[in-house]
Amino acid sequence: MMAALLRRTGQTVLVLFGVSVLVFGVFFATPGADPTARIAGRNAAPQVMEKVRHEYGFDRPLPVQYAIMMKKLFITRDLASYTNRGQAVVPEIMRAAPVTASLVCGAAVLWVTVSIFMGTLAAAMKDTWVDRGLMMLGLVGISIPVFWLGQVANLVTQSRYHDTWLFSWVPGLGYVPFAQDPLGWFRALVIPWVVLAVMFIGIYSRVLRHDLVALAGEDFMRTARAKGLSPMRVLLRHGLRTSMVTFVSLFGLDFAQLAGGGALLTEVVFGLPGVGRLTYRALTMLDLPVIMATVMYSAIFVVLANAVVDVVYLFLDPRVRDAR
Amino acid sequence: MTLTPLLELRDLRKTYRLPRGRVLRAVDGLSLRVLPGETLGLVGESGCGKSTLGRCMLRLADPSSGQILFEGRDITTLPERRLRALRPRMQMVFQDSSAALNPRRRIGDLLAEPLRVHPAPDGRRRPASVIAARLSELMDLVGLPVQALERYPHEFSGGQRQRINIARALALTPRLVVADEPVSALDVSVQAQIVNLFADLRRELGLTYVFIAHDLAVVRQISSRVAVMYLGAIVELGETDGVLHHPAHPYTTALTAAVPRAVVGHPHAPVLRGDAPSPTAPRTGCRFHARCPQAQARCAQEEPALHTLRPGHAVACHFPLPPGP
Amino acid sequence: MPADPPLLAVRDLCVSFPARGRMVPIVEHVSLDLHAGEIVGLVGESGSGKSVTAMALMGLIDSPGVRVTGSALFRGRELVGMPQRQLRRLRGRDIAMIFQDPMTAFTPVYTIGWQIDEQIRAHEKLSRHAARARTVKLLADMGVPDPAHMAQRYPHQLSGGLRQRAMIAMALSCSPALLIADEPTTALDVTVQAQILELLRRLRGTHGASILLITHDMGVVAQTCARTLVLYSGRMAETGPTEAVFDRPGHPYTAALLDAIPPLYGPRPDRLPAIDGIPPQPADRPAGCAFAPRCGHAHETCLPAPPPPVPIGPGQQAACVLPAEGTPLPPRGPMTECTA
Repeated sequence: MMAALLRRTGQTVLVLFGVSVLVFGVFFATPGADPTARIAGRNAAPQVMEKVRHEYGFDRPLPVQYAIMMKKLFITRDLASYTNRGQAVVPEIMRAAPVTASLVCGAAVLWVTVSIFMGTLAAAMKDTWVDRGLMMLGLVGISIPVFWLGQVANLVTQSRYHDTWLFSWVPGLGYVPFAQDPLGWFRALVIPWVVLAVMFIGIYSRVLRHDLVALAGEDFMRTARAKGLSPMRVLLRHGLRTSMVTFVSLFGLDFAQLAGGGALLTEVVFGLPGVGRLTYRALTMLDLPVIMATVMYSAIFVVLANAVVDVVYLFLDPRVRDAR
Repeated sequence: MTLTPLLELRDLRKTYRLPRGRVLRAVDGLSLRVLPGETLGLVGESGCGKSTLGRCMLRLADPSSGQILFEGRDITTLPERRLRALRPRMQMVFQDSSAALNPRRRIGDLLAEPLRVHPAPDGRRRPASVIAARLSELMDLVGLPVQALERYPHEFSGGQRQRINIARALALTPRLVVADEPVSALDVSVQAQIVNLFADLRRELGLTYVFIAHDLAVVRQISSRVAVMYLGAIVELGETDGVLHHPAHPYTTALTAAVPRAVVGHPHAPVLRGDAPSPTAPRTGCRFHARCPQAQARCAQEEPALHTLRPGHAVACHFPLPPGP
Repeated sequence: MPADPPLLAVRDLCVSFPARGRMVPIVEHVSLDLHAGEIVGLVGESGSGKSVTAMALMGLIDSPGVRVTGSALFRGRELVGMPQRQLRRLRGRDIAMIFQDPMTAFTPVYTIGWQIDEQIRAHEKLSRHAARARTVKLLADMGVPDPAHMAQRYPHQLSGGLRQRAMIAMALSCSPALLIADEPTTALDVTVQAQILELLRRLRGTHGASILLITHDMGVVAQTCARTLVLYSGRMAETGPTEAVFDRPGHPYTAALLDAIPPLYGPRPDRLPAIDGIPPQPADRPAGCAFAPRCGHAHETCLPAPPPPVPIGPGQQAACVLPAEGTPLPPRGPMTECTA
């Protein structure tokens, strides 16, 4: 078990190294684009250019440049944005991270509970109108674009019906830190949570239902029924528990990519200053250091989440435990 | 035994490295000769390495050490390119007749493929007319109507699909056919048809078979000699009825006694307790001693070699059983 | 024959599934009696409907549109049409089932012990501790070494033989009156199969279990079952005491099936007497005898309708027209295969 964990950690480090090299290569070592000019800004004085070139080591071989970049990103953390001259990138991400985490965690709790409920109910009532209705609802959820849903939600709760009793509690767009005002935090996020969760509820409930229905044909489900267990117990303790293996792997990756900045559209629509919005801004302004940092941040999340999923696997599936 | 063996294995080993430093010795220092025209039955329980051995024989799996001689020529390390020239002469038939056939292709296409890929013996490509003639000849050989060539694998029953597999193996007129559990997925009534087909083809085409199966009765029906495998090695080898009716190795005795025979009578209590040990477990002495009812002190320390007991009958046991009445 | 009513009395059991807009009969008019303490073999090739029969008895077929008719009296209670709630109380407690592949028949994410405990606690008010104690005892009874430790292992960590022993322990955990064993040894090696068959034979004495043994292997039947029912293409071909069925088969299919088995002892035939062709698909079953297209004795009287089972000996019946026409099959003899 210990050895498995260690090996996994080693792999994680290796993957992160690979991703960082790749990202560095794309943004800084692409031939034809002088990174010095980009960092220093347009029409910079030759002295400034020289200073930047020296600071980032652009006059030295690529491996050194890479090392300096990593040092600036992870150790000295003084990598600076070049559109927002002097603004250090890393602290900015650190400020944005809790916002994204709040958004994504809340949405995840919502989509996991609701989709497990919907998927299991649909599987239990297979081929009835309940099943068909729920799955249709899921399909609708998948088909609605998140930015459209967000805008509609804003339209309804912020302007059109804001003054009715139903939505008067909804605060204006933006984020309220949890430490400052927990209730305000909740109020500010509850609609973004729902909006972000809708598509995932659709996907997850459909996947889960499909999984459970497929499992129903398995030998062990037949054994469970032959033991005289109630259909509920067969479905939950034997079916659902077994299909959690698939569910978790799906969840791990989705959660990671959202936490790493993938909830960009939701953040932009609701004016939440998270990692996604940061990435969005950097992309529109071609702010290379910020792009570099956010991509790395996202990669770290995905790789770490992958590692976590693998570890969770060890607990969920005894066969995996022994295969290692 | 002055005949040149068609296939000879010398101290063949195939090991697999597993996680946690375990080593699976699937084939564990095995020597064997297959003479032209004979049918050698290879029996043993699951995990004894008989399928791995079958694959190694045809270089479908690469052995870890040892030698494979085909038609007297060492093919152990022959590069794949040169091996391809030999492939027409050695073919394999597998158990799962449906998995071995691409479901999206017509039987005619499936059977024509080896004929298109491999050049004719004169080194030239076979013209379409020759291939077509060969295909109908093959259908006739395995007892299927020519119309079957136009159909897809799923349109056939298990027994018919196995006929198709056999036809494919025979397309290039091989000398050696290694059949790995070719009838064990089939029902008894169909199994008998396929066993008969194997026997007929051997007579008509002068084939040499290595017939791998776990069913002793099926192996007895088809084989002239039998090799009994246990944990990667041959424990007993000889003329079929000699081995099966007068076994000298306690494992062979247990195996024959355990076969539920379709004869009503008083069943015998099983001879062996427990399951075969894992082929990854380290072992000393005779590989069978832990389960052997006749094991003695010597068996735990010293591994018995396969030695000739009487003409045409070899056994790897320190205390071989006397021939029965 | 025992005078007391049978434990299980099946009469005219039919199971049909809807396919392409019509009902396709998979099992047709199967009847059998199983008395307490008896092992009865239900034998047939793949597609003969033997597993479907068992699943129908257990009420485990839940395909939409399936139709089960006929009667199956278990201790005088009708199983066909019994509400699921009542069936559930019967399943696992009064009628238990073991399956072919013990690897896939256990839920992979729970320990063996957990799964046996679960069955005990589903039917009896018992503490976790007491349930586990019984589980360990059952495993020990089934010849599982170090049962307390084995109970804590996961299905994939056990060998095939141990898994099947655990499966049997689970089936017996509530002392059922009837055990339905569906190909219990097919996935096992022959030496392990011999052990499991011995265990099943022994259960009659130790646990008073009656067993309906479903298998394709005539050898397994000969070694285990007092009486045998041979199914062909969803219909009964023959039924009777195993010895009579093997020695004096009344149905050409039974005789041909026995002849097609290669002998391990005695003279080796040049060619096996194989049965030509394959069994018909349920949807294309002939109007008459289902075996007629492959039968050497087939003639006009076989074709209009399936021949009804007729008595041909003490407790023996064959669904064939030959005995009634005065031309029964010759006996195969008590020992066509001489011992070594």
